[in-house]
Amino acid sequence: MNAHVFSFAGTDLHFLGTGALYWPARELLCVSDLHLGRSERFARRAGALLPPYETRDTLTRLEAAIEMTEPQIVVCLGDSFDDHAAQSGLDDVARLWLIRLMAGRRWVWIEGNHDPGPVDLGGTHMAELPEPPLTFRHIARVGAAGEISGHYHPKARVAGRTRPCLVHDSDRVILPAFGTYTGGLRTDDAAIRDLMRDEAIAVLTGPRPLTIPMPR
Amino acid sequence: MTSLPPTLQDWFDTKGWSPHPHQLDMLGRGADPATLLIAPTGGGKTLAGFLPTLVELIEKPQGGLHTLYISPLKALAADMRRNLTGPIAEMDLPIRVEDRSGDTSQTRKKAQRADPPHILLTTPESLALLISYEDAPRVFAKLERVVVDELHALAASKRGDQLMLCLARLETLRPGLRRVGLSATVEDPPALARFFTSAPCPVLEADPGPDPDIRMLATKTAPPWSGGGGVYAMDDVLEAVRQHKTTLIFHNTRAQAEIFFHNLWLANDEALPIGIHHGSLARDQRQKVEAAMVAGALRAIVCTGTLDLGLDWGDVDLVIQVGAPKNVKRLVQRIGRANHRYNAPSKALLVPANRWEVIECQAAIEAVHARDLDGAPRGPGPRDVLCQHILITACAGPFDAEALFAEVCASGAYATLARADFNACLDFVATGGYALRAYDRWQRLKQRPDGRWQLRDPRATQLVRMNIGTIQDTDTLKVRMRGSRAPLGEVEEGFAASLTPGDTFLMGGKVVRFESLREMHVEVSRERGRQPKVAVFNGTKFATSTQLSARILRLVHRADLTALPNHTADWIVLQKTVSHLPQTGRILVESFPHDGCAHTCIYGFAGRGAMQTLSLLVTRRMEERGLGPLGFVATDYATLIWGLEPVEDPGFLFDRDGLIDGLETWLGENALMKRSFKSVANIAGLTPRNFPGKRASGRQATFSSDILYDTLRRYDPDHLLLDITREEAMRGLIDFGRIEEMLTRTRGRVDHVITDRITPFAAPLFLEPGRIPVEGAGREALAQAEADRLMAEAGLG
Repeated sequence: MNAHVFSFAGTDLHFLGTGALYWPARELLCVSDLHLGRSERFARRAGALLPPYETRDTLTRLEAAIEMTEPQIVVCLGDSFDDHAAQSGLDDVARLWLIRLMAGRRWVWIEGNHDPGPVDLGGTHMAELPEPPLTFRHIARVGAAGEISGHYHPKARVAGRTRPCLVHDSDRVILPAFGTYTGGLRTDDAAIRDLMRDEAIAVLTGPRPLTIPMPR
Repeated sequence: MTSLPPTLQDWFDTKGWSPHPHQLDMLGRGADPATLLIAPTGGGKTLAGFLPTLVELIEKPQGGLHTLYISPLKALAADMRRNLTGPIAEMDLPIRVEDRSGDTSQTRKKAQRADPPHILLTTPESLALLISYEDAPRVFAKLERVVVDELHALAASKRGDQLMLCLARLETLRPGLRRVGLSATVEDPPALARFFTSAPCPVLEADPGPDPDIRMLATKTAPPWSGGGGVYAMDDVLEAVRQHKTTLIFHNTRAQAEIFFHNLWLANDEALPIGIHHGSLARDQRQKVEAAMVAGALRAIVCTGTLDLGLDWGDVDLVIQVGAPKNVKRLVQRIGRANHRYNAPSKALLVPANRWEVIECQAAIEAVHARDLDGAPRGPGPRDVLCQHILITACAGPFDAEALFAEVCASGAYATLARADFNACLDFVATGGYALRAYDRWQRLKQRPDGRWQLRDPRATQLVRMNIGTIQDTDTLKVRMRGSRAPLGEVEEGFAASLTPGDTFLMGGKVVRFESLREMHVEVSRERGRQPKVAVFNGTKFATSTQLSARILRLVHRADLTALPNHTADWIVLQKTVSHLPQTGRILVESFPHDGCAHTCIYGFAGRGAMQTLSLLVTRRMEERGLGPLGFVATDYATLIWGLEPVEDPGFLFDRDGLIDGLETWLGENALMKRSFKSVANIAGLTPRNFPGKRASGRQATFSSDILYDTLRRYDPDHLLLDITREEAMRGLIDFGRIEEMLTRTRGRVDHVITDRITPFAAPLFLEPGRIPVEGAGREALAQAEADRLMAEAGLG
C-alpha cells in the first residue's frame, strides 16, 4: 500500500499519501479539516464566487480512502464543515453521498472551531474521542500524549515543492487538511514549531509519502 | 500658426523661451475630439498637452474639473503638479492643480470629490476608483479634456486596457470630451491611435531630433562566450563614466544590475559617487538615490527598467546599455534619457555581455539608425480586465447591459469585442459562470425588474474598490538586516524558499548572509566576503524581438563582416566552415556527441520564451520516439538538447500538428499556466488580494489559486477564466505565436548537420546557465533522494 508506516504510542499507524491516517489495529480511518461547503460560505458572505466543486472533490477522495482501507470506524477530526450553515446548506447529492459512505460503519464527527455544533447527518458527535492508547481531538493540547489532532494544516517543502504534511513526535500526530480548498501553515511557524519536539518528523503527502526531519 | 494669449506669451518672453512648433500645433488642434502626439524624450510633450487647457482656462475661466491628466507613475503626476504650479503662480492664474494617487490622504481625496480642482493629475487605478463612486457623474460633469501621458508605456500592459474602458465611461458621463495622447517614439503610431479611441484620431509627429550617437563600447578584453552582466567590461565602463558628467547604466534584470553594481564598486578605486536603482529596493532607498541624482551628486546610476519612464533627471549625458537590448524600441527610449536638450544628439554605448550579443548589439545599432522599430501587434482587449470593469461599473450604480456593451465597444481596445464574450464576462461577474448552478447565493449581481443589473449586496463595493487595478505584484518578501526593522529591499518568495542559512546573496550592492525566513520577511546579516554564492533573483527576462532576430540572421550572412569586432567575425567564419550558418527561411539543426550524450542544437531564433516552449515540446516528441532526452538549455537564438540517443532525422520535430498536440496536453499541467491563471483570477475578481478589516482566521485559511485552477480543470474545463488563461499564456509566457512565426518562415525546411564535435555556434550554449531537466518519472525519484539524504543527515534514517 502507498503509505508511510510509523510506530506511535505503542501501536502502528499508516499515513496514506492522500493525507488520511489509518490505524489497522482498530480498523480506524481518520481525516481532518474537510472544510466541506467552503465555497458556499464564501458566496454567502458576498466574498468571491469560488468554483463550487470542492465538496465533490473532497468526497471523491474520501471515498477512495474508504474503499482502500475498508474501515470499521471513520473519524472526522473537526472542521469537517466550513461553518454550521455550510453543513445544513449541503446539497442533496453531497448529503446522500455522505450517508452512503457512513452506512455499515461507525462514524465520529469531532467538533472543530469552524463547526462546534452537532451534525444532523447521522454519526456520533463528540468534543474528543478517547480510544486508548490514542486520543482524537481537533486542536493539540500542550502536555498531551498519544494525541491525534488537526487544525493547523501543516505543510512543508522538499526539492522545491510545498505539500501538505503530517508531523509527529513521540507525543502527538498533527494531520494535514484533507479538504480540497484548504491552505497550509509552514511547519516552521511558531504555532506548530512550539508544539513539537526537536526530533519531530514531517511526512509529505503525494504519490509516495516523503519523510523528512520537520523543518523548523 | 496659432498664437498664444498675451499672458502666456509674456511668460514665455520673460523666460526667453519660445514654444516648439508641435506645441503650437497642438494648440491649434485644441478643439479636435482626439489627437495623438508622438515626440521624443525631451520634446516638451507634456507642455504641448497642457497648453490648450491653460489657454482655455485663461480665456474662459470656469469652476469644476476641466482637465484630467493620467500618467503611469505616481511620481510623474506629483512631478507634473510641481512643474505646473510654478508657471501658474508666476502668471498669477486662478487655476488649481492637484494630484491624486494611492498616497493621497483620505481627507484630501474626499475634498477632491466634493470640490474638484481645475486640473487633476492621477493614475489609471485612481481614475478607476473615482469612476466606481456613485457621485462620478457630478465629479466629471464639466470635464473638457483628458491628457494621457506615456501612452506607449500604458498600452504595453493591461493598465492601458483598463484606462481605455474608464475613458469610454467618462465619454458616456460627459459626451464631447476631448482626449490627447502623448507618446514616445513607437513603431506603429496609427495602431496606437486606434487603441486610444475608436473614433478618428489624427497623429501628430514632432521632429524626432538628430540621430543619436550610438556605438558599441570598445573593450580591452573580448566578451566571454556566454553569460550576462558585462563584468568583463568593468574598467572600460568606469573610464566612460569618468569622461562624462552623469551616466545611466541600464541592465535588463535586477540580478544583473546588482552583480554589476557590486563589481563596479570593487573596481571603483577613485570612489566616484555611483548609485543603484531598481524595483526590488525599498522605497526610501530608491528615493535617496533619486534625490542624489536630482541634486547632481551622482556620476552614475546602475539601473533597470524602473528608470525607463518619465522623470526629468537633468544632466544625463551618456546612456550605457549592458547586455543585448532585445528590443529596438526600448533601446531608443532608453537612449533618449541621455541629454534632455531637444536638439542635441543623445549619446549611448552598448556593452554586449557575450559573443551572441555582439551580433545582436550591432544589429540593434543598425536598426536604430534605420529608425526601424519593432513591436508585436496588440491583441484584443483582455476579458479579465473587462470583468473587473463590469464590477467597477456596478459599484457606481445599476447599469443596463446593452448600454454598457455599446460603451465598451466604443473604446479602441475593445472595438472588436463579440457580444457573446461580453455576455460570458457579465455572467461570470454575476454568478461565477459555473456549469453547476445549485445555489441562489451564487449571485454577485442581480437583475432588477427594470432589467438593469445591480450588486446583490451593496457591501460588496468595499471589496471591489480595494482590489481595483491590474498590476500584479509577484509574491515578495521584505529583506531585513538582523536586529533592524528597516527593509533593505525585497526578494521573490520562491527565491527566499530556496535559500539555506549561510547562503550569501546581493541586495542593494551589499553581500548579505541569509539567516532565517521569518513569517513575513527574510532576515539577513552582514557578510564580509566579497563573492556572493547565490545571485539570481527576480530575473525578468525579455525575449529578443522578431524584427531584431531577423536582422541578426541577415547580419551573419553578410559578405563583409567588418562592422563586427574581429573576434566575432572570425567566430562566424569558423561556424560557416565547420557547419552551416542559420538562415531566415530554414531551421538549422546540428547533431554531435559530447561527454557521453547525444546533443542536438536547434537554431530557431524565436526569442527566449518561445525557444523554451519549443524545447519542452520537442523533448516530448523525442521522449515518444524513445530517444531519452535528459535536459535542455534555451537562449533567444537556439536550444541545446542532450539525451541518450541521437536524432537521425529531425524533420518530425517540427511538424506543426504534432507540436500543437503536444501543446494541448502539456499546457494544462504547466506551471506557467498556473501563474497566468493566478493573475487572471486576481484581475477578474475571483481571488481578491485585499480584504477589508482583519482576516477572520489564520494563514492556513488561505489557499493557493493553483487549487482553484486544478479544480476548474477537473470539473469545469470550459470555464471562462480557463479560456482567458489559455489565451494569455499562448501570447505571453509560452509565446506560441513566435513558434508559429518560425514554422511559417521555415516551412519544414531543415538543414541537418551531423558532426563529431561541438560546433562554434553551439559551444556557448554549454556554458549557459539555466539548464532544465526534462520532466518525467525522474522528479519523484529526485525528491525521494533528497528526503533520504535529509533523514540520514539528521541521523533519523
